[in-house]
Formats: sequence, structure tokens, C-alpha cells
Amino acid sequence: MSGKPRLTYLNGRGRMEPVRWLLAAAGVEFEEVFLETREQYEKLIKDGVLMFQQVPMVEIDGMKMVQTRAILSYIAGKYNLHGKDLKERALIDMYVEGITDLMQMILMFPFSPPEAKEKNLDSIKDRAINRYFPVFEKVLKQHGQDFLVGNKLSWADVQLIEAILAVEEKIPAVLSGFPQLQAFKKRTSNVPTIKKFLQPGSPRKPPPDEHYVETVMKVFKI
Amino acid sequence: MAGKPKLHYSKGRGKMESIRWLLAAAGVEFEEQFIETKEDLEKLRNDGVLMFQQVPMVEIDGMKMVQTRAILSYIAAKYNLYGKDLKERAWIDMYVEGTTDLMGMIMYLPFQPADTKEKNLALIIERATNRYFPVYEKALKDHGHDYLVGNALSWADVHLLEAILMAEECKPDILSAFPLLQAFKGRTSNIPTIKKFLQPGSQRKPPTDEKSVAVIRKIFSF
Repeated sequence: MSGKPRLTYLNGRGRMEPVRWLLAAAGVEFEEVFLETREQYEKLIKDGVLMFQQVPMVEIDGMKMVQTRAILSYIAGKYNLHGKDLKERALIDMYVEGITDLMQMILMFPFSPPEAKEKNLDSIKDRAINRYFPVFEKVLKQHGQDFLVGNKLSWADVQLIEAILAVEEKIPAVLSGFPQLQAFKKRTSNVPTIKKFLQPGSPRKPPPDEHYVETVMKVFKI
Repeated sequence: MAGKPKLHYSKGRGKMESIRWLLAAAGVEFEEQFIETKEDLEKLRNDGVLMFQQVPMVEIDGMKMVQTRAILSYIAAKYNLYGKDLKERAWIDMYVEGTTDLMGMIMYLPFQPADTKEKNLALIIERATNRYFPVYEKALKDHGHDYLVGNALSWADVHLLEAILMAEECKPDILSAFPLLQAFKGRTSNIPTIKKFLQPGSQRKPPTDEKSVAVIRKIFSF
């Protein structure tokens, strides 16, 4: 019983990556259990430790938490990354939900059929450039502060930098029209806990490859 | 301009319905502005009042809130339906994410191609019966209280009742194996604010019919 949160998921980004990011940004060390076979997953279900028979699952503070948003909200609340009052929390929640919608497109991308991949990539680019990034560019420009909400690092900032890096992996010049976001990316990457997470050897997972896709299909019988 | 919250959406359940439920359960009166044509939606977008060009949008406490979960979280916290501490909030969040997943499946059913409807309906019933309802039945059994979390009405209870009623519209006897959920349904439906919302003439919306599907497809271009 080390006391550290313990993450159960596959050995890849998927839906657990934002949790890894947030814990890392909060300076919280964690352990990981990787699902590699269908049998492991079925055992977890049989043991009754997955509330809705799904992962992510995070053992934290005596709870076996499931549902990514619930987990992230709890971590944000616990480590003071969820704003100082209800209104700041509302802004953070709105920003996070928007970013999550963009990240969902990236999450699903490796699983789209080959003939749809180009179209899906175009959609990601269109949404990033026309719907999501302009919002955060404008927020940063309007208040001129380093962070999205309340002049302080929050869950929204961590989620945004994760998204920026993920989109850039697919569309390297995506930030070319967004000077504020470029500066944000640089600054936020240098927050010590985040800088550490961005270095080799951290729990950060690489982009999904064919092996990851195969493992997902195998473990979840898709 | 304190005023009543003002909801912007089409005249149907969709993603706004959970918000109507929660405001009603909290005893909060609200106004609605219905999007009836594509032009109505374009106007909102051009006016710059939709952060990610999407609805639901709720004008509340000087904010133009978007993203269903952000809106619901704000309402829950403001009206003391979000537990008394971080841990109760975590449980409420987990439960709500489960009912959100279930209701999401039901919400999309009218929009599925005709040849997949039967299969999708069967999946909904299977998930409700084997994945979701057992969790809530067990929660109620384990603590023997009237409400899911903290022995007090919360967002989780309101959401669960909404999900139960939607599931029953798919299969009227879907609660047959869940005696505690049946009792929960009876009790929670009789809470005065909720009872009022369940009566004819309230702002509760009817299930989505074929005519509404056509209108919604036109407004949102899908």
C-alpha cells in the first residue's frame, strides 16, 4: 500500500493519457498496471473492480475511480487545479470539455478505416484551427496572463498543452496562426513538473502505433 | 441582470434535457429560446455567443455557458446537489458519467439508420440491464439510503431518474429485476420539484419522433 495512485489501462495513451498529464503536472508520482491480454481484462471484470466494466481505472485515496472525467475532476480538485471558486471552475470546465472534444477526434483517428483517414485528418485540422484554438488564443490575448483561468496553472492549461502537442504530431504547423498559443506552449512546457513529464523516461506514452491498435482490438474484442 | 437562466437549444430533449431536469429538480425557473431553423443557429454563431459554435448554451449568472457537463456541474454545485466534499463529488461524478453513457446511446437511437435500429436497441437494453442498472441497485442496497450519495438528493439521483424513465420508454419492464430502483423511481418521482416537472405542461420535452429527427438534421446539418 504505497499510497501512490495506481493507474490501470493499456500501455498507451488512449483515455488515460490526460490523467497521466494531470497527475504529473500536479507533481504526483503514480504507479501503472498495463493490460496486455483479454484474460487480464476479464479477470478485472470478474474481480468486480471496474464499476462499469471499463477502464481507465485509478486507485486513489481508497477509491477505485472510473470514468475519465470523474477521475480528472477529482485530481484537479484535490491538487488545486480547478480554480478558486465556482465561476473559475465553470470556465475551466468549459475549456476542458472543448479540448476533450478535439482530443476525442485524435483518440479515434488510429481506429478509422484507411480510406477515411485523410478526411478525418482534415476534420481534425479544421476543428483545431477554426473552432478550438481561436477560443484559447482569444482568451490569452484578452487577459494577457500566462494561464487560461485565474492567473494560475489549472487543469485547463494542462489539457490545452496536451492537445496542442497531440495535434502538432499530426499537423506540425498547426500553431502558425496562433502567436499566443505558441508562447503558451513554450511557457507551459517549462513549468517544472510539466518539463519533467516531457522528458524521455517519464510515464508519458508515445503516439499510438499499429501494435497499440492491435492490443486495443484484442483486449476489448472490437 | 440576475434573471432566470435562459436555455438555447432546439425544441426537443437532446443534450439539453438533463439540464432542464436538474434546474427543475433544484426548483429553478428558467426560460427557453428555441432554435427552429438553420438560420437561427447561424445567427447565434454570428453573434459570437457560442464559445465552440455549439449548443446547448445556457445564459446563467452573467455567463454564456456551453458544454453540457460544465453547465450541469455548475448548476449542481450552485444548488447544493453536488455532495458535501470532494469524495462525495467523485462518487456523484462517476455515477453521472455512467448514466450519461446510457442516455447517450438512447439519445442517438432515433438518428441511427433504420437497419441498425433493432440491434442498437438491443444493445441499449443489454447495457442498461447488465452494466448500468446493477451498479445503482447495488449502491442503494449497500447503504440502504433513499439517495445514491451522502443520504441527500444530488445530481446523481436526478440523472438516474431521468435515465430510468428514458430506458423504460425503450422497454417498459426494464426495471423488473431491480426492486430497489423501482422503489427509488417511486420515491424520487414524488419529490415535489420533480413531481411538478413530470406533470403535463412542464418544460419536460417528449421523446424524439421522426418529424423532429428531420428538423434536427436540418438545423445541425447532419
